Amino acid sequence: MIQEIINATINGIPIKVPAGTSILQAAQGVQVKIPTLCKHKDLLPTAACGLCIVNIAGSPKKPRACCTPIEEGMEITTHDSDLTDIRRSTLELILSNHPNECLTCGRNGNCELQSLAGDFGLRQDLIPRYVRELPCDDSTGSIILDFRKCIKCGRCVQVCQDVQNVWALSFLERGINNRMAPAGDILLNESPCIRCGQCSAHCPTGAIVESDEVTTVWDALHDENKYCTVQVAPSVRVALGEAFGLPPGTNLTKKIYAALRRLGFKAVFDTNFSADLTIMEEASEFIERFVHGKGEIPLITSCCPAWVDYMEKRFSDFIPNFSTAKSPQQMMGVMTKTYYAEKVNMDPAKIYQVSIMPCTAKKYELERTDEMYASGYKDVDVALTTREFARLIKQSGIDFLNLPDEEADSILGEYSGAGTIFGYTGGVMEAALRTAYFKVTGKNLQQEAIDIQPVRGLEGVKEAEIDVEGTKVRVAVAHAIGNVEKVLNKVRAARDSGEETPYHFIEVMACPGGCIGGGGQPYGIDNEVRMARIRGLEADDRDCKLRFSHENPEIQAAYKDFLGEPLSEKAEALLHTKYVARPSYSK
Amino acid sequence: MNMSAAPPVALQEPEPDVLEEIQHLLDKWKDKEGNLIMILHEIQNKYGFVPRDVALAVAKRLEIRLAQIYEVLTFYHYFKLVAPGKHNITVCNGTACYLKGCAQLIQKLETILGIPEGQTTKDQMFHLETVRCIGCCGMSPAMVVDGRTLGKVKPDDMKALVDDIKTIEKASGEERDN
Repeated sequence: MIQEIINATINGIPIKVPAGTSILQAAQGVQVKIPTLCKHKDLLPTAACGLCIVNIAGSPKKPRACCTPIEEGMEITTHDSDLTDIRRSTLELILSNHPNECLTCGRNGNCELQSLAGDFGLRQDLIPRYVRELPCDDSTGSIILDFRKCIKCGRCVQVCQDVQNVWALSFLERGINNRMAPAGDILLNESPCIRCGQCSAHCPTGAIVESDEVTTVWDALHDENKYCTVQVAPSVRVALGEAFGLPPGTNLTKKIYAALRRLGFKAVFDTNFSADLTIMEEASEFIERFVHGKGEIPLITSCCPAWVDYMEKRFSDFIPNFSTAKSPQQMMGVMTKTYYAEKVNMDPAKIYQVSIMPCTAKKYELERTDEMYASGYKDVDVALTTREFARLIKQSGIDFLNLPDEEADSILGEYSGAGTIFGYTGGVMEAALRTAYFKVTGKNLQQEAIDIQPVRGLEGVKEAEIDVEGTKVRVAVAHAIGNVEKVLNKVRAARDSGEETPYHFIEVMACPGGCIGGGGQPYGIDNEVRMARIRGLEADDRDCKLRFSHENPEIQAAYKDFLGEPLSEKAEALLHTKYVARPSYSK
Repeated sequence: MNMSAAPPVALQEPEPDVLEEIQHLLDKWKDKEGNLIMILHEIQNKYGFVPRDVALAVAKRLEIRLAQIYEVLTFYHYFKLVAPGKHNITVCNGTACYLKGCAQLIQKLETILGIPEGQTTKDQMFHLETVRCIGCCGMSPAMVVDGRTLGKVKPDDMKALVDDIKTIEKASGEERDN
C-alpha cells in the first residue's frame, strides 16, 4: 500500500509527511521542538498538559500538536509571542498545583517541569499555590509515589495499564481532586504493582522516583567491620554514561570497575559472571526437561524479578514451567558469601554485597523468599539502580570519565559475551541456546550462527525455531510485560486441549527492551535510546574473547572447585529458588 | 536464616449468596454495551454502596481490572465506596443555596452530628453530604433528608430535624424489643 503524502509548512518550512503524522512529530523532523510534558515517544498522545498548542493559518483554534494530524496545505506556526505567552500561563497553572520543593526533590536537576519553568523564565508565583496534601507511598521499598508532585500527565498510568498491562496505577476522582493512585485507599504494595519502575522512568517530575539507598551504601563503605563487595549488571555499563553526558550505548565497563574500587569496594565483581552461571544452570535445566523429559515444557526464564512477581500474581498456573535458577544478582550474592568467602578465608558475616542494577524490582528481589538467604546471610545486602549509582559517583568526587580502565576481580569477575547480552530482550534466550546447543551436540555454534538473529530486536513478541542438529527448538521472547499474556495464552490453549506445546523455551523481561530499558536506568528512554544501548552490549559480546558461558574459565573453576556439576545438590541448594502464588489484591 | 515475609493473604471473596447475586447481574447485563455502570448501579441500589470485595468479584468475572472499576466509581459522585448511614442528610451546595447560607446549615449539622461533611456517624445512623444542585433553587436553601426535599430551612431547624429522626429510631427500637 502506498501511503498518502501530505504537504504542509511548519514555521514556513515546507514538509512532506505520511498521512497521520502529528504536528508534534513532523515538527521534530524539521528541528522544531514544541514543548510537552505529557507526550512521551513510547506512548500515545493524551493532550493532557496543553503546552503543545500551535496556530494554523485560517483557524481560530489553537490545537494541540501531539494529537492533531497534519492536513494538506496546513500552514502551522509553532512559536510566536502569543503562543509563548499561553504556554507560560499554562506552566504557571501547573506550578500553582505543584509543591515548591525543587531542592529536596528526587528529580532536582533532572525534571522536565523544572527545565521548562527555567526555559520560560518563570520568576514568581503569580497564582496562589494550592497543593492537596497527600501522604507519600513508599510501601514497595522500590519506588516512592509522591502524589502531590503529580501533574496529571497520565504517562505512568498509560505505561502501567497499556504497555505493561499491570493496572496498579489509575486515575481516581476528577477535577481538582483527580489523582494518580492504586485503586481504592490501598498502598502500592497491596496492589498488582510489580515494581518494574516503568512509571518512574516515564514520569516527567518527581512524583514517582526510585527509593534512594545511596546513604546506606556510604555507611557500609565506611564501616570498618564490613568487607564491601559489589557487582554490576550487564545493562548498567551501556547506560550509565548518559548520566555523565555521554551518548547512550557507550560501554564503560572498565571505568565502572575503577570507580567502584575508588569508592572503597574491596572486591569488584561482574554480574555478567553470574549471568554465565545462570546460563549453566538454566541451559542444563532446559536439557533435563526438553531432552530427558524431566519437568514441564516450555521452560520459562525467571531472571527478571518484576516478571516473577507478575507470574506469581497473574499466571501462577505456570509455576511448574518456571526455571528454578536464581537471577544473576542472587547467584552472585550467594557465590560471594560462600565460594569467595571460602577462597579468601573470610567470615561471610563480614561480607557486604552491593549490586548495581538497571532495575527498581531488584530491590524487592533481595528479600523475595527464604532462598535469597541461601548463604546463611542476606545474599545481596542492597541494590542500587543505575540512577542512584550515578549519584554515588558524583557525591564521591570521582572524575569518572577520566578514570583509567581497570579490570574486575577474580574469582567472580570474568565474563563471556553470552553473559553480557543478558541485558537486552532475547539475550538470555540467545545465551542459553548457545550453551544448550553445545550440551546437546558437543560442539559450539560457529561464527555468524553464534548471533541468534531471530530473537534480537524490539518486536514485542519474537518467535523462532532453532535447529539443533535436526531437532527443532521452538522459542518465544516477550518483553514489555503486557506482551506476555499473548504468549502464555497460546501455551494454555495447547495445554488445555492436549495439543503439543507451541514453544519449548520462553524468555520474558518485564521492561520494554529488557534490562537496558529498565525502570532504574537514566532518564530519557525511547526506542532510539534502547537500540543504542542494545548495540553497545552487542558490541561488548562481539569483542569478548569468549562467546559461550560454558567456556568462561572462572565458571569452569567454580564448578570444579566448589559447585560440582550444574544441578548438583550444592548448586540446587545455593543457586535455585521456589515460587508461590501471590494475590494481586490483599485489601 | 528466615527473613523473607510471608506472602499476603488475598482479599476474601464475598459470601455465596452475594456471589450468586453478582452472577445474576452479570448474566443480565452481559451483552449490553456500557454494562459496567449498570452493574455498579444495581449493586449500589442493593447495598447502598459498592463494597470493595464485590467490586473485585465483578472485576474477576468481567475479566477487567479493579483499577478500571475504581476509575468509574470515583469519577461519578453518585457511587459510594463506604456504607452510608441509615439516614441520609444531603445539603444542597448549589449557587442559589450557597448564597442563601447553606454553609451555616452544613456547619450546624457537622456540630450536631459530630462528623465532617461526607462522612457517616460511628453508629452508622446518619450520613451527611453536600451536592452541587438539587434543582430546587426556588426553595433555597434546600436539603434532602431520606429522600424528602425540605426548602427554606434555617440553621436553627437542624437540631429538631435530627432529634425527630432519633426519636423515631428510639421508638421503633423499643417496639422491636417488646
